[in-house]
Amino acid sequence: MKIVFKIWRQVNSKSQGGFETYEVDGLTEDMSFLEALDYLNERLVQRNEKVIAYEYDCREGICGQCGVFINGRAHGPHDNITTCQLHMRSFKDGETVVVEPWRAAAFPVIKDLVVDRSAFDRIIEQGGYISARTGTAAEANAILVGKEVVDRAMDAAACIGCGACVATCKNASAALFTAAKINHLNSLPQGKPEASNRVLEMTRQMELEGFGSCTFTGACEVECPEEIPMINIAEMNARRVKAKWLGK
Amino acid sequence: MLNSKIPEGPLENKWSSYQTKSQLINPANKKKLNVIVVGSGLAGAGAAATLAELGYDVTCFCYQDSARRAHSVAAQGGINAAKNYQHDGDSVWRMFHDTLKGGDFRSREANVYRLAELSAPLIDHYVQQGVPFAREYGGVLANRSFGGVQVQRTFYARGQTGQQLLLAAYSQLYKMKRAQKVAMFPRHEMLDLVVIDGKAKGIIARDLITGQLKRFAADSVVLATGGYSRVFRLSTLAIGCNGSAIWKAHKRGAYFAAPSFTQVHPTALPQTSEAQSKLTLMSESLRNDGRIWVPKKKDDDRRANAIPEEERDYYLERRYPSFGNLAPRDIASRAAKERIDAGYGVGPFKNAVYLDFKHAVERFGIQTIQDRYGNLFKMYKKITGVDAYQEPMQISPAAHFSMGGLWVDYELMTTIPGLYAIGECNFSDHGANRLGANSLLQASIDGYFVLPNTINNYLADELKEDHPTTDHPEFDKAQKEVEQQITKLLTVRGDKTVDHFHRELGKVMWQECAMSRNKEGLGNAISKIKEIRDAFWNEVNVTGGQQEMNTELEKALRLADFLELGLLMCTDAFQREESCGAHFREEYQTDEGEAMRNDKTHAYVSAWAYDNGNFQLHKEPLVFENVQPTVRSYK
Ligand SMILES: Cc1cc2nc3c(=O)[nH]c(=O)nc-3n(C[C@H](O)[C@H](O)[C@H](O)COP(=O)(O)OP(=O)(O)OC[C@H]3O[C@@H](n4cnc5c(N)ncnc54)[C@H](O)[C@@H]3O)c2cc1C
Ligand code: FES
Repeated sequence: MKIVFKIWRQVNSKSQGGFETYEVDGLTEDMSFLEALDYLNERLVQRNEKVIAYEYDCREGICGQCGVFINGRAHGPHDNITTCQLHMRSFKDGETVVVEPWRAAAFPVIKDLVVDRSAFDRIIEQGGYISARTGTAAEANAILVGKEVVDRAMDAAACIGCGACVATCKNASAALFTAAKINHLNSLPQGKPEASNRVLEMTRQMELEGFGSCTFTGACEVECPEEIPMINIAEMNARRVKAKWLGK
Repeated sequence: MLNSKIPEGPLENKWSSYQTKSQLINPANKKKLNVIVVGSGLAGAGAAATLAELGYDVTCFCYQDSARRAHSVAAQGGINAAKNYQHDGDSVWRMFHDTLKGGDFRSREANVYRLAELSAPLIDHYVQQGVPFAREYGGVLANRSFGGVQVQRTFYARGQTGQQLLLAAYSQLYKMKRAQKVAMFPRHEMLDLVVIDGKAKGIIARDLITGQLKRFAADSVVLATGGYSRVFRLSTLAIGCNGSAIWKAHKRGAYFAAPSFTQVHPTALPQTSEAQSKLTLMSESLRNDGRIWVPKKKDDDRRANAIPEEERDYYLERRYPSFGNLAPRDIASRAAKERIDAGYGVGPFKNAVYLDFKHAVERFGIQTIQDRYGNLFKMYKKITGVDAYQEPMQISPAAHFSMGGLWVDYELMTTIPGLYAIGECNFSDHGANRLGANSLLQASIDGYFVLPNTINNYLADELKEDHPTTDHPEFDKAQKEVEQQITKLLTVRGDKTVDHFHRELGKVMWQECAMSRNKEGLGNAISKIKEIRDAFWNEVNVTGGQQEMNTELEKALRLADFLELGLLMCTDAFQREESCGAHFREEYQTDEGEAMRNDKTHAYVSAWAYDNGNFQLHKEPLVFENVQPTVRSYK
C-alpha cells in the first residue's frame, strides 16, 4: 500500500520545526505503524538523508515510550491503544497521514517526534512511592487487602506513563497521570501513612511543571491505552481537599 | 583459576555464613564511595535504590527516556516465591530443586539455593512497596502455576507483573533521587568500561540527546543491562535491548559465560511479514488453562473450530503426560518446532500452533478466564484482530531470554575486580534453561538483596585506595576508542542500512543457534557471521552526525557489538558437544528426540576470555553435593 506521510521535522529543541511530506510505497497492512516509519527511515538512509527521530522501545504497548499525534489524535485513530499497537490496516491505500509530536508546554520537543517527558518523573519523585527501606518488610500476608480494593488499585496502577492524556487534553493537564499514581498508592493500606503528603506534594509538582488544569472534558480517558477512567481525577481532587483541610 | 568463592558449610547456611564473615563499612565512610549502576530494570533500580539507602553515593544510567521503561516492564506472567501459601508441599528445597533441574544441572547449587531462600522475603518486600499483587476475596495473596513445576508458587499482578514490580523499583529509585543519594542519567548509553590497574573504575557513556561522550568515574561499576536476545533481531525483547555494555566489559577482560544458552519462548505471536521488528509474547501463564494442539492431518486448511476433537493432536499432553501443557519452555518450544517442521504448522505462513481456551471457558466460565487473562486476550485482539474467547490463538516460538551472560562468582563479581553483573546480563542461576517467573525473581534478588550485601566486601578495601578521576589516561584511551568507532561508522557511507545487516545476522542466528543446533550448521554460521560483519563495516550507511540525537547511529553501535557477540554464541554452541536444556545439539539426542546430557565430560560452565578477536575457553567445574543430577524428564 501507499501512504503520504506529512511528518513534523525539527532539528532540536531550539530550532523551528515544520512538516515534510514523504510518499511511501510498498507498505503492507500487516506492518505496524512504527514499522512503516522504520521502512520510511530505511528509504531515507538509502537517499543519504537523516532519519526521522521517533520513540519506542517495547513495541508491545507497555513501556509507554512511543507516542505521536496521528491525524490529530494521540496514538492514532483508535481509542485506548498505543502508537506501537497501531497497524497499517487502519489506514486506506493512498491516504495522507499527518504525524506530529505530543504538544504541551511541559513536554518540549527534543527532535522531530521526540519530546521530553521528564516532568512525569519529577511528579513521581515528589511522593509517588512508599518510604520503606529494603529489608524492613513484614510477612506479606500479614497485610490483608480485599480483592476489590486491590483490583481498583491495579486499575490505576496500570498507567504506562506515555503522556497521551496530556497530549490530547486542550489544557495539557496531567491530572489523569498524577491521579493514577496517587490513587494506586493511597487506596492501599501500605500507602496510607503518607497519603496526605503524597497527594499534596505530587499535585503541587504537577502545577509547577506547567501542566494545565483539568476541566473534565474526558478527552484523556478516550486515549489512555490502559483505559484509566476519569473518575480517578475526581477521586484525587477529593483526596486533595481532604488533605488540605483536614490534614489527612 | 576461576574462583567462584562459594562459602564453606552446608547449603542452607552458606548465605548467612557469608554475610557474617563479609567486611562491613561504617556509614560515614559509605558516602565517600561512589557506585555506578548501569541499568534501571529490576536489577539496576533495585540495586541503585538499596545501595543509596545504605549510604553509598550512586549514579544510575539507562538508555530510555525514563527508568520506568526498562524492559522488565514487559514481563507479564509473574514472579516465583517459595511461600507455600497454597499448602501444596512447596518449600525452599523444592524450589531449589525445581530450578536446578529446570536448568538441566548446569548452574551452581549454592547460587540456586540462595535464590530460592530469598524468594519469600522478596514478596514481603514488594508488598510493602505497594505492588498490587492479585488477591483472594479474603484478602490473602493469590498464586498460579508456571511451566516446569507442580506447585503453585507464582505471584502476579494481572498480566502486568513486570510493570508493577518495575514501577515499585522505579519509585524507590526516585525516592532516593529526591533524597539526593542517586544521580539519575536517563538517555545515556554506556559504550565502554574503564579499567584502571586491573580494576573497574568508570564508564564512557553517550548522551543520546546531544551525542556528547561523557566520562564517569567510580569506586565500583555494576552492570544491570538486561538480556541480549536482540542478537536474533526478532525476539520478545525491546528494540533498544543490547549487549553493548557487557560486550565492552568482555573485551576489557570480563569472562563471558555460556553465551549460547538462549531461551526460546514457546508462546509468542508468529512472524507475519519481513518488515516485522519484534515478536510479541503471550504470557506462559496462558498455558495454565490453554491447551496446545495442531491438526493431525498435514496442511489442514480448515478453520480451527471446524476441526473435530479426534482430529487434533495435543502433542504436549501426548508426549509429556505428567506436565502436559506446562512442560518447560525449551521442551515446549522444541516440540512446536518439531510439529511445524514436520508440516503440521497452522496459520498463513504455517509457522504457528494453536493455543486453545475452549475447554477452559467451558469449565470455568468466561468471567474467570477474563479475570485471569483479560488484558492478554485484549492485547491479542489489538494485534491480530482475532477474539481468542471464540477462536484459538496462534502462537509460535521466539527468542526470549539470555541465560548466558557475564561470568560472576557467588558475590556477583565478574573476573574484573570491582565490576559486578546483576540481573539478566549475568550467568548465574538459570543454568541451561530458565523456569518461567524465575527471572523477575533473580533480577530483583540480585539487586535488592545480594549485591548490597556483597559489594561491601570489595569496597571496604577500596576505601584505602585513591579515588579515581576522569582525567586518568585510561579514560582518554577508552574515550578515544569509542570516538574512533563512531567516526568509522559515520564515514563508511555505503549503500545498505543497519537494519539490513541486522536482519541478515538474525536469520543466521535463528537458523543455526536457536532451538536446534549441529556442528556443521554452527561452523557455517561462524563463517557467515564473519562475512556479514565485514560487509557491515564496508557497506553500511549511517546518516546524520555524532553531536546530535541520532537513532541510526545508536542502532549501528549496538549491531556492531551483536555481530561480535553472535560469533561467540556460535563458538560456544559449537564447543559444547552435548545437549542440555535449551542447548539442543542434534547429534546428542535419545531415540525419542530428548536432550542427551553428558555429565562426565560437560558438567562445567563455559567461561570465555577475549583475546584480540579470539575467544579462549575456561571451565568452571560444577560440583553437585546435595542433588544427584538425573535425566531431566517431564514425561
Ligand atoms: C516479554 C517478556 C516477558 C517476560 N515475562 C517474565 C515473567 O513473567 N516472569 C519472569 O520472571 N521473567 C519474565 N521475563 C524476563 C524478565 O522480565 C527479565 O529477565 C528481567 O526483567 C530482566 O531485568 P533486568 O533488570 O536484568 O534488565 P532490564 O529490565 O532489561 O533492564 C535493563 C536496563 O539496562 C539499561 N541498559 C541496557 N543497555 C544499556 C547501555 N548500554 N547503557 C545504559 N543503559 C543500558 C536499560 O535502559 C534498562 O534500564 C520476561 C521477559 C520478556 C522479554
Ligand atoms: S513502544 Fe512501548 S508502549 Fe509503545
